[in-house]
Amino acid sequence: MPQMTMVQAINLAMKEAMREDPNVVVLGQDVGQDEGVFRVTEGLLKEFGPERCIDTPLAEAAIAGGTIGMALAGMKPICEMQFDGFSYQSLHQIEGHARRFRNRTRGRLTVPMVMRFPYGGGIRAIEHHSEAPEATYAHWAGLKVVLPSSPRNARALLRAAILDPDPVIYMEPKAIYRAFREEVPEAPETMPIGKARIARAGKDMTIISYAASLRAALEAAETLEEEHRIDAEVIDLLSVSPLDSDTINASVRKTGRAVIVHEAPRHCSVSGEIVARIVEESLLYLEAPIKRVTGFDTAIPFFANELTYIPDAGRVVKAALETARF
Amino acid sequence: MPRETMTIPQKVESIRILSPDGTVDKKLEPKLPDEDLLGLHKTMLSSRLFDERCFMLQRQGRIGTYGPTKGQEAASLGFAYCINNNDWFVPAFRETAAMLYRGWPMSTIMLWWGGHEIGATPPKGLNDLPICVPVSSQCQLAMGISWAQKLKKTKDVTLVFVGDGGTSEGDFHEAMNFAGVYKLPLVQIIQNNQWAISIPRHAQTASPTIAQKAIAYGFDAFQVDGNDILACIVAGQEAVKKAREGGGPTIIEAITYRLGVHTTADDPKKYRKDDEVKEWEPKDPLIRFKAYLEKKKLLTDAVETKLREEIRLKLDEATAVAEGYRASKTDFFEYVYAEMTPELRKQKAELEEYLAHGAKPSHANELSRV
Repeated sequence: MPQMTMVQAINLAMKEAMREDPNVVVLGQDVGQDEGVFRVTEGLLKEFGPERCIDTPLAEAAIAGGTIGMALAGMKPICEMQFDGFSYQSLHQIEGHARRFRNRTRGRLTVPMVMRFPYGGGIRAIEHHSEAPEATYAHWAGLKVVLPSSPRNARALLRAAILDPDPVIYMEPKAIYRAFREEVPEAPETMPIGKARIARAGKDMTIISYAASLRAALEAAETLEEEHRIDAEVIDLLSVSPLDSDTINASVRKTGRAVIVHEAPRHCSVSGEIVARIVEESLLYLEAPIKRVTGFDTAIPFFANELTYIPDAGRVVKAALETARF
Repeated sequence: MPRETMTIPQKVESIRILSPDGTVDKKLEPKLPDEDLLGLHKTMLSSRLFDERCFMLQRQGRIGTYGPTKGQEAASLGFAYCINNNDWFVPAFRETAAMLYRGWPMSTIMLWWGGHEIGATPPKGLNDLPICVPVSSQCQLAMGISWAQKLKKTKDVTLVFVGDGGTSEGDFHEAMNFAGVYKLPLVQIIQNNQWAISIPRHAQTASPTIAQKAIAYGFDAFQVDGNDILACIVAGQEAVKKAREGGGPTIIEAITYRLGVHTTADDPKKYRKDDEVKEWEPKDPLIRFKAYLEKKKLLTDAVETKLREEIRLKLDEATAVAEGYRASKTDFFEYVYAEMTPELRKQKAELEEYLAHGAKPSHANELSRV
């Protein structure tokens, strides 16, 4: 089995889908000749030509709206927004049309598309290149919002997203694009969208995270084990819409304690929703207040100071100890 | 060549064939079969009477806000006449005549204005999008659909509508730009009815014509008398043929006039003078097309009176079908995703349990009638 970075794994998933189905096309700014600013679309133009790997003019709403139109007309388009912060220029198309057509037309017209973009901070990029907008998208029923955490699940989830009959927003944690390699099987595989994964089994508390923050959560779990004899279970959500309440609640009922970790701001965030679902389903199992380790309710600082803002393992350990010692 | 006026290859042509009094320009007159001419007349008249019916239904509280299309029948129907069922039709919301011609049942359109999603569901066999509310956003969808047509190497085209106000939106610009870059089989109609609610055409753009915007996107345009259905058809057929043959997009600006209100929630007396409306009334597309058909000995008053009666009966039937429609109270959970998520199942059960005990949602802040 080959060892791959996340960039290579995402690239592989697109190539596999494009080889299998001529209706799958990739479009976006600089995805062709330049092979994407992070080289995620490397080799696509060469293998599939300019009608299937399409360089577009610079207009996010047209890329998104055009993609929706293609999907309505029977194609399986994958569009790329060059950065998280620029995806906002396409929001009215995603909210106004991508998510609504199935309901609006009682299932007669649907939008099987994928919008993917580099997500989050941590690579010393200029302003607007380090955003974590998952709660914005997750708020809109009709979209699925997927955030992989490793090369293998990135490839499997992108395949699932392409095969999905509904629009999927696929956010690629750019801080871990090339941070580590993982074995990826030869044969294509999928993972169900909406199902979380137990990244580390444990019995004393539940740490819930996703995307690049998962690494801080896992590192914290090691520290808690080694230095404090706390055996933390770590849940990797993989998708924040649908949100896997069952896996979260089963774990919290077992451990009685929960810490939620993400880099997006806290107010009206995914962690807020998770707290609500735990309180609604498992209140009487809780031994301590739920803790949140998140980005703050500010804009993410310019990159000189971004690492202060993004949760690290130290903050997770501190919150976990407060929870454990409550 | 230090300084000279540049020659730009793209062009804008204007067309009028049928004058307000029904006089026809014989050189430009398209040769259409008599039965087609009568079909067009019937559709315009149906649309006009549909408008009157919906206006009344709104006033009686039987449907919601209604946006009439009075005066603009030719500027949608003339273009819809130029495409077939395999082509895609993408309306804004003042294209009732075109929708009826495409085969949307009157009852379905009534249900849209009556607040039911089934009214946004295109009839089987038609490549149509439903009425689009966010102004100009449909231009992007149409652009994408025509892109798919080109990538799939079909010979089909996409016909899309927007108003004069909609051309100020970024979506219009982006869609036209992409259509030009990829030479898409797209025909973009601009129903310039002179008013975007209260904003007159001259306050919408400093461009002397809207049609000329095509020049900047690298393709040709027409500006036609939008109340002259023959001019709409001639321009539409040419643009559709060009698109089908790989010649790329066309903008057609149809000069027309909104004879009625923006919607039933609007009072145009606040912002436009009655004199202006009176000036446009004799230019009504139905008046001149009737005169044309009379001169051709295809139509008489007696025939039209009989036709009106037929249409009224159809409207009665459509009203009964629309008002007889009973939607499930909880079906909105079922069309969020192909498969309901566990959370949606839970929420649906929660609502069903509430409704099962005879509860009828009543809201303190429900629209009160004063």
